[in-house]
Amino acid sequence: MENMLTFLPGILSGLQMTLGVFFITIIGSIPLGVLASLGMKSPYFTIRWLVNGYIWIMRGTPLLLQLIFIYYGLAMVGVPFTRFESAAFAFIINYGAYLAEIFRGGLQSIPQGQFDAAKVLGLSKSQTFFKIVLPQVIKIVVPSFGNEVVNLVKDTSLIYVIGLGDILRAGQIAASRDVTLVPYLIVGVLYLLMTAIVTIILRRSEKRLNVWR
Amino acid sequence: MIEIKDLSKQYGDKVIFKDLSMTLKDGEILAILGPSGIGKTTLIKTLTGLEEAQSGQVVVDGESYAVSDPAMTSQIGLIFQDFNLFPHLTVRENINLAPMNVKKVSRVEADKKTDDLLAKLGLTEQADLYPYQLSGGQKQRVGIARALAMDPQVIAYDEPTSGLDEKATEQVVDIMLALKKEGVSQLVVTHDLPFADKVADETFDFEKEVQK
Repeated sequence: MENMLTFLPGILSGLQMTLGVFFITIIGSIPLGVLASLGMKSPYFTIRWLVNGYIWIMRGTPLLLQLIFIYYGLAMVGVPFTRFESAAFAFIINYGAYLAEIFRGGLQSIPQGQFDAAKVLGLSKSQTFFKIVLPQVIKIVVPSFGNEVVNLVKDTSLIYVIGLGDILRAGQIAASRDVTLVPYLIVGVLYLLMTAIVTIILRRSEKRLNVWR
Repeated sequence: MIEIKDLSKQYGDKVIFKDLSMTLKDGEILAILGPSGIGKTTLIKTLTGLEEAQSGQVVVDGESYAVSDPAMTSQIGLIFQDFNLFPHLTVRENINLAPMNVKKVSRVEADKKTDDLLAKLGLTEQADLYPYQLSGGQKQRVGIARALAMDPQVIAYDEPTSGLDEKATEQVVDIMLALKKEGVSQLVVTHDLPFADKVADETFDFEKEVQK
């Protein structure tokens, strides 16, 4: 019991880091994903080409590698990001790409008739997007979006590679100092708690969106 | 009065209609007849701005517009064959949406008008339901209310009786005739001849009168 108290502070500060990366990624990657999904449908070839290239790179290489490139690589070309800024940037652009693909699928499943009805009623393009298309896309993408959020909870553990101290790293330090598996056990339970909370929130929003079909 | 003059439309080399002209008198119901796939729906989509035409003019109350001019197309309300109601909005929200966002009418004012329309179309009890909870005939009437809420000069219907049972079809007939009494001009595309007989003041046979 005494041992457990000695490594709790470390794990708590690790938790702060994990949650920080998690929330900043959620906040940053959703608008980026929406924009990129619209970019994929752009009438301009150059924009489509750029957006598709971006998504291809983000989905085609490991997030771990992207973290390393952004932290060490950008420093080499004179863009000195802090460790946390690098992690936030890497996670946002990586998750933005995955979300873009999910949102694109949602956009494609909106029937043409919805756009026609909005046009005949005289709604502008942005009114059509925000009042007609987006609410329907949100309902369609919530389940796959939820998958990504659960993945994100666990992916935050990758930031150890650029020297940031998240909960997994805190557990690792405590475990090797005291030669015990208990810290790992605590870390595992914390991940389970976080994913459980995310899952409950997502289930609730799915339920709320089920008032219409 | 609405006059369509010399309307031409083609997809690539395929001519859908050429130099088409027709007149819709105030408060009349004009039925456009013809078999499926002949271009009736394309015509109605052209008049409502959903499709572009190569050439043509529309004269509304003496004022002449190019065929895809939004100032003209906004005066024509459209009832879609498959209704195209917004599934995430209640009946009331479906009807209020365009007046509040396009005409910037206040919620109170929009609600008042919507209540009137719902009462007139027998939908008062359905005001807070979502489209998936409605029957086909009810959806149709919500579509009509949604179009009427924008005070169009003309209401156009695309195959309004397809997919409706006899009773719902009767209701559509009643509504169209009631609107006619109020002086609303209506244009209806259909291949349902018995239905056209019941509502139409004039008919336009697409097969005979349209040049290809």
